[in-house]
Amino acid sequence: MSNQRDPILKNIRRRKVVDFLFSLAGLLSLLFALVTLLALVVDLAVTGVPRISAEFFMNFPSRFPEKAGILSAWVGSLCVMLTTACCAIPLGVAAGLYLEEYAPKNWITQLIELNIINLAGIPSITFGLMALGIFVYKLELGQSILTAGLTLGLLVLPIIIVTTRESVRAIPNLIREASYAVGASKWQTIRYHILPYSSGGILTGVIISLSRAIGETAPLITIGALTFVAFLPTSPVQSVFPFVSLQWLKDPFTVLPIQMFNWLSRPQAEFHVNAAATGIVLLLMTLVLNGVAIYIRYRFRKKMKW
Amino acid sequence: MAKSSSKRLSEFTAANHPVRRFRRLKEKAIELLLFLAAASSVLVTLAIVGILVTESLPFFAHVSLFEFLTEREWTPLFENAKYGIAPLICGTFLATLIALLVAIPLGTVTAAYLSEYVSPGLRELLKPILELLAAIPTVVYGYFALLFVTPLLQVIFPDMGGFNILSAGIVIGIMIVPYVSSLSEDAMRSVASHLREASFAMGASRFQTVFRVVIPSAFSGMTSAYILGISRALGETMVVAIAAGMQPNLTLNPTQPAATITAFIVQVSLGDLPHGSIGYQSIYVAGLTLLIITLSFNVIGMWIRKKFQERE
Repeated sequence: MSNQRDPILKNIRRRKVVDFLFSLAGLLSLLFALVTLLALVVDLAVTGVPRISAEFFMNFPSRFPEKAGILSAWVGSLCVMLTTACCAIPLGVAAGLYLEEYAPKNWITQLIELNIINLAGIPSITFGLMALGIFVYKLELGQSILTAGLTLGLLVLPIIIVTTRESVRAIPNLIREASYAVGASKWQTIRYHILPYSSGGILTGVIISLSRAIGETAPLITIGALTFVAFLPTSPVQSVFPFVSLQWLKDPFTVLPIQMFNWLSRPQAEFHVNAAATGIVLLLMTLVLNGVAIYIRYRFRKKMKW
Repeated sequence: MAKSSSKRLSEFTAANHPVRRFRRLKEKAIELLLFLAAASSVLVTLAIVGILVTESLPFFAHVSLFEFLTEREWTPLFENAKYGIAPLICGTFLATLIALLVAIPLGTVTAAYLSEYVSPGLRELLKPILELLAAIPTVVYGYFALLFVTPLLQVIFPDMGGFNILSAGIVIGIMIVPYVSSLSEDAMRSVASHLREASFAMGASRFQTVFRVVIPSAFSGMTSAYILGISRALGETMVVAIAAGMQPNLTLNPTQPAATITAFIVQVSLGDLPHGSIGYQSIYVAGLTLLIITLSFNVIGMWIRKKFQERE
């Protein structure tokens, strides 16, 4: 009897060991990813945080590492983000609404859908090449904030379209039917029901796409963003009529990641400290944006129970 | 009183009443506007492909396709320029290969662990943290590769230089772990639970269920995850530009400095290149090559997915 059962018991014991080892491997690989994340943050913080001060934010870049700051970089990042948002949000939300609410099932719709999937997989640097050829040279927009905003706007467009579609799709059909039943037209239904109910999901997508755009470097280097900028864009508010100016859209610029790259590619370690400090600023912005996105998603998931 | 109001109502609901006509027109106009927004995404693709091709064509008037494919050096900005794409492709594939060697095992095991071993509550907590890895700006990863991973690797390979493709590849691999794990986990979790239960009922362990039941059923979804990881790694720019040295180098030795297609484009863009010069055209040729490589991987992925979906 025991002779018969022994190999089975052995087999069971062996499989339990393998199972345990695999769960250990899973835990370790998860821990490896988390420890790497921690190492990255700590390494950056140890080097960079002592460098961060008010002057660091208020100084232009300089030949002298201890005097250099990121004023032009963060102002540039802010301007580029604003332009990106203005370009990508209306276009992305409109496209998402069309595909979810209007699009008939035909080859044009299929083409657009396939295209969006592919667009998300195209390397970001080719967007930069496209922008250099078309925005900079064909449309003569120059190596300006406007060009950068348009480029990043098109780059993050698929993210906004996909999240818009997901949150619109989550709204049950009975909402639409109820709206039609009281005589609302399709657009009224979208305007007063679909858009408000999906705004949480759309906002999450917008924030995620902005956090992606803020760290994007390669396409902006490709369009020829300057790496040493010791001036600010023209102020949008003027003292003479008409008091507001869009001249800043045509100004040259630099952004935080390019400033960081510039300092990182110099051999002196003092500049690497500046790069680390810029990295911390960049990392904090990304983490805050992502945190807000996760929070909004969580809140809306709790609030919206269909 | 009641009669007049019902008359007004019937007037308003008549199909050709101006208010209703205007409203119909507005509806049509809005639909057209939204369609144009959706169609503009196709325009972006056309613009990318169009500009890459038209700016590349003059390049091939100078350089034969044969030289482009067989020459072993890439020095388009030198006095005695040579135009062989091989070193750049080699660098790109080497970096991608190293990245995948890191990301696929780590990502798949993490996905299986999160999907099959961890409680749902813990999973909801861990997933966003893991996804942060994909949200960190790539230039920060470049810093990490150059000033943290490379010194660490120099302990193992003492004669390795400050710039090398190995540390860049490893860091790209870590960066794309969330792309691989997130989609793989979704695919694994969407495997019907009765398949798992049947496997458990036969006495299989969780490990056996994962490898014999869950992964084979989720394979088409996992392929998408891998393909996404591959396209990210192929197109990754800043990590390689910072940590791998930007020297086109036909080598398979990962401890050597090398340049990828993307790093070359960055290197050229940092300088001041006149519009229409051969250097300017060379970045478009490089970009076109990268696009073709990326798209072929996407097509292969789609084909594999289709094959597996047919089998299911």
